Amino acid sequence: MISLTANNKEPKGLDSRLFKDRLFKVVVFIFAFITISPIVLIIYKLIIKGYKQINLSFFTETAPDTYEAMIALSNNEVIPGGILNGITGTLLMVVLASVMAIPIGLLIGIFLYENSTKRYANIVRDITDILQGVPSIVLGLIAYFWVVKSITNGFSALAGSTALGIMMLPLIIRSTEETLKMIPETIKEAGMALGVPYHKILLRVLIPTGFSGLLTGILLAISRIIGETAPLMLTALGSMGVNYNIEKPTSAVPLLIWEFYNDPNMVDLIWSSSLLLMGFVLLLNLISKHIMAKRA
Amino acid sequence: MNELIKQIKDPVLSIQNLSVSYNKGKYAVSDVSAGIKKNRVTAIMGPSGCGKSTLLRAINRMHDLYPNIETIGQIFLNGEDTSTMSNIMLRRKIGMVFQHPNPFPTMSIYDNVIAGYKLNGIRMKKAERDEIVEKSLKDVVLWDEVKDSLTKKGTFLSGGQQQRLCIARALAFRPDVVLLDEPTSALDPVATKKVEELLIELKKQYTIILVTHNMSQAARISDYSMFMYLGELVEYGKTKNMFINPVDKRTEEYLTGKFS
Ligand SMILES: Nc1ncnc2c1ncn2[C@@H]1O[C@H](COP(=O)(O)OP(=O)(O)O)[C@@H](O)[C@H]1O
Ligand SMILES: [Mg+2]
Repeated sequence: MISLTANNKEPKGLDSRLFKDRLFKVVVFIFAFITISPIVLIIYKLIIKGYKQINLSFFTETAPDTYEAMIALSNNEVIPGGILNGITGTLLMVVLASVMAIPIGLLIGIFLYENSTKRYANIVRDITDILQGVPSIVLGLIAYFWVVKSITNGFSALAGSTALGIMMLPLIIRSTEETLKMIPETIKEAGMALGVPYHKILLRVLIPTGFSGLLTGILLAISRIIGETAPLMLTALGSMGVNYNIEKPTSAVPLLIWEFYNDPNMVDLIWSSSLLLMGFVLLLNLISKHIMAKRA
Repeated sequence: MNELIKQIKDPVLSIQNLSVSYNKGKYAVSDVSAGIKKNRVTAIMGPSGCGKSTLLRAINRMHDLYPNIETIGQIFLNGEDTSTMSNIMLRRKIGMVFQHPNPFPTMSIYDNVIAGYKLNGIRMKKAERDEIVEKSLKDVVLWDEVKDSLTKKGTFLSGGQQQRLCIARALAFRPDVVLLDEPTSALDPVATKKVEELLIELKKQYTIILVTHNMSQAARISDYSMFMYLGELVEYGKTKNMFINPVDKRTEEYLTGKFS
């Protein structure tokens, strides 16, 4: 409180409080530094080691074989070829996984939002949480038994997409429910007060209002699965060439990275492929950040 | 009490023995009966939690949304039992405005006004739509301010403009009755004054029921006033009479600021 008589004397303990304040700031700074430095180091390393390989053929040609790579290495040249088979495979499987996971995820998310307090909604929510915690390799195994063994009778893009789709599902379900829950009740009531039936309010008011949130959830789910390797090993397997047949084995960027890792002649391609993957994931995250910021 | 309901000749709205409970057996509104006079402003006053909003929301059956809420009693609109009307018909005839301005965030100003038609899939010629939008915005004295920015989002407007937009949205159906639940409580004094002037103007065309916990607002703009306490309609009469000479002791205590 303000005291006119005592204001020439500093309050007791001010020094120690200032010290604590400064100490706290330093500690926060150190922890922030510790948090961001791995990211910065990773990106730095990827760029330094990977940029040389990124040229036009990186995007237009399939992966070289180990012999081509060895020749190039011994002549001190850039490894020929690219990762087109990985890029197309990843795109194919991400699209397929999205086609499977987005409609189901949205519907279940809407269901949870509408029945938020019901008992069976809680059960569904718990199952979703459990699904989110299942290791991706286990999902790969499941897709192996469901799809590889019984539908496509062999490794296939469809099997890979199934594993990735199941991974996306809980992310989309939860983001859908959270997004809808954030829309003020009063917007819904405005629709009700105009006599609009509930399903139309959902479709024409709530979903458009939450659109950016729903989109963000989907983008983050995609960025989450795009780098998955383990489940694809058991399902999509990989392929030398570009493949658009969903019943055939398919490559993917993370699968290629794994293959490059196992081939001493191709190590350089690991960096460029990882740089591409990392760049794409960062881009997805930036886009979703941007969408959310615009919404607020 | 019952005297006055009979006094109101040809009420546009007649509430009969209305009770509403959120939890079984506990009534937020209990046994309220009242007739509402056409082309007048009727204020519902009372301390916070006395059931004003609950009563208001029973009139256009907003409680239907929530399965746990029990409503008993009858409400007649122009002599017709509202329980026989569909929600869409009832809410076309009884519009509602909320405490916080709530324009649809993804819609333009134009689309917000016409939202009742659009969302219900009622098809019209463009000229007809334009006419409804213009008339509704003129009714709420917003037309001159927004006529050049009808395609902008409604949420870009100031709070007071947003609330007038929401009133326009409620008027677009040309309802018989407009329900307003503390429409100015989120607005600054200037915007509040505009809305109050607007309501006085609007009663020439519409019947207005206004929930307010601000008794001076009730005194300024209402013709009739209800005083509610603990879910009960304690007193109902001409606003002037009630403020000068309240009949019930609780009304008197409320009006003299003994509780609020
Ligand atoms: N959704 C609800 N669920 C349970 N009780 C409610 C709900 N809404 C209001 N109530 C209760 O009903 C009573 C009347 O509330 P309300 O009509 O909102 O009062 P007012 O609008 O006069 O402030 C209060 O006791 C309040 O706690
Ligand atoms: Mg209220």
